[in-house]
Amino acid sequence: MAISTAISPRHTVSGPVHAGGSAGPQGGASVTLRGIARAFGDKQVLRRVDLHIPAGQFVAIVGKSGCGKSTLLRLIVGLDQPTDGHITLSGVTAGEEKTAADGVRIMFQEPRLLPWERVRGNVEVGLGRDLPKAERQAVATRTLEAVGLGDRGGEWPSVLSGGQKQRVALARALASGPRLLALDEPLGALDALTRIDMQRLIEKVWSDQGFTAILVTHDVSEAIALADRILVIDQGTIAADLAVSSPRPRHRGDPELAALEGRIIDALFNDQAAGI
Amino acid sequence: MSDATLKPPAAATARTIAFPPEAALAPPVGERAPPGRIAGVSSALAGRIAGGNLIGWLVPALIVIVWEALSRIGYLQPNVLPAPSAIVAAAIRLTASGQLPESIGVSTLRALAGFVVGGGVGLALGLANGLSRLSEKLTDTSLQMVRNVPHLALIPLVILWFGIDEGAKLFLVALGVFFPMYINTLHGIRNVDPQLIEMGRIYGMKQGELFWRVILPGALPSIFVGLRYALGIMWLTLIVAETIAAESGIGHMAMQAREFLLVDVVMLSIIIYALLGKAADSIARLLERLSLQWHPAYRK
Ligand SMILES: Nc1ncnc2c1ncn2[C@@H]1O[C@H](COP(=O)(O)OP(=O)(O)OP(=O)(O)O)[C@@H](O)[C@H]1O
Ligand SMILES: [Mg+2]
Repeated sequence: MAISTAISPRHTVSGPVHAGGSAGPQGGASVTLRGIARAFGDKQVLRRVDLHIPAGQFVAIVGKSGCGKSTLLRLIVGLDQPTDGHITLSGVTAGEEKTAADGVRIMFQEPRLLPWERVRGNVEVGLGRDLPKAERQAVATRTLEAVGLGDRGGEWPSVLSGGQKQRVALARALASGPRLLALDEPLGALDALTRIDMQRLIEKVWSDQGFTAILVTHDVSEAIALADRILVIDQGTIAADLAVSSPRPRHRGDPELAALEGRIIDALFNDQAAGI
Repeated sequence: MSDATLKPPAAATARTIAFPPEAALAPPVGERAPPGRIAGVSSALAGRIAGGNLIGWLVPALIVIVWEALSRIGYLQPNVLPAPSAIVAAAIRLTASGQLPESIGVSTLRALAGFVVGGGVGLALGLANGLSRLSEKLTDTSLQMVRNVPHLALIPLVILWFGIDEGAKLFLVALGVFFPMYINTLHGIRNVDPQLIEMGRIYGMKQGELFWRVILPGALPSIFVGLRYALGIMWLTLIVAETIAAESGIGHMAMQAREFLLVDVVMLSIIIYALLGKAADSIARLLERLSLQWHPAYRK
């Protein structure tokens, strides 16, 4: 039983009729892209992307800078419209134009916290205004605890470190119990140790809550550490679609993973050679 | 015309406009200089004095003492520069007669009335033009053109229009205050981090919530720059207007005293103006500190 809503002619979402709306694990959304193309003026960034992501999968997208990873992600969450093709999200409820659909959250490289609101207030942004204040606060506090910042709710964002800010942004994204979490290089600005820390946190909340995760990253080893499946974008299409079947938690330096990393890097560069 | 100054390229880095350049977000040099950094004073002593925030008063106190001493020995003529004690005596005399409190009241009221009118309109137009392209297209060019007319140059015209009424002073103060408020408000709104606005949209904020929660707080530092600069202009305009044409107020008191060669009262008027200006700025700074607590630059 599902209701379908068209956000736009090219973007449809369908949610279960009994969508609870309250915070908490709700399972993941599945994503289907059919013949997606996106051009900016004359520049054809995405040509023909066909993709199905089953509910609850952790997908990583890698590719050279400027290949259209962020564009693809923005199309999926509904922040941008494709010039051609169709996107279907199931398991979420439609939002308004230029608003991510309900149940869809996106995290960027910058934490994008409101500097004039306390940490807890920033997490409450993720909950919308429908919930009563007391409940919002309670959920925000609980979510902050989940990302290891339970005692920092009363602070200004500016006193936090880069990694802590990104945790707050994660808490804000998780507060409403999303079904799809899109991550656009969320760890790109962090140092190596903090990054590993955050990777573990993301993996943990993903396996606890069961949402679908789409992670855009520059870091192939990050993709391998976290994802069930890795998509390599090149020349505006999906150049490679690789499954990562190693059991979790994965260990860095595992020879099987190292071999996979080699294959992905080859895929990234061979295509370039072929294109010239 | 000076659109370029309104739209610096990097929104995130350029937080405030300098209008004019000296009105940067940073407070005027010297006013907030960390205490206890004067060469030659033993650091322990400096530290102790600075603890009470007294060190800033050291130099003014010294000047007053030397001034008083020079007057007492007859080096300074009382009809050129009266002694500080004579100025204090004049203050007491005029307070007792009621003239001083009345003049201060009249001038303050004038300043505030002009400020509320000009600042209010400046803020409103700044917000409107920052939020609506249509409103900006409609009014900004005209406003930028008017901005290039120094408002004090209008005094002869204003006297022709209003006589030396309250209306004249209100008009001049309002006009002077309008532009710094308008320009800094507009600039502040323009420079709100677009990524934050996008974030607000993604999280489903409606127009109203987006304004109160993201845009206005983001523009506030710049609006305060405008406010503090406007306060300076407010006093300056009032002094000029009251000195040229007024039948009451501090400027009038000073001009009257000049006719009777009461130098002490003239000096007193100048000092009162300075104190009023300082008080207004202190209040603005207090407000600024209270509402910008989140900003690292305003945290103690
Ligand atoms: N709004 C836009 N208008 C015009 N061109 C755009 C726009 N957004 C993206 N592009 C162009 O689309 C291409 C892909 O951009 P995109 O941001 O998706 O790349 P990316 O793969 O995320 O790169 P990076 O890894 O550096 O973040 C780039 O050439 C970019 O210039
Ligand atoms: Mg990108």
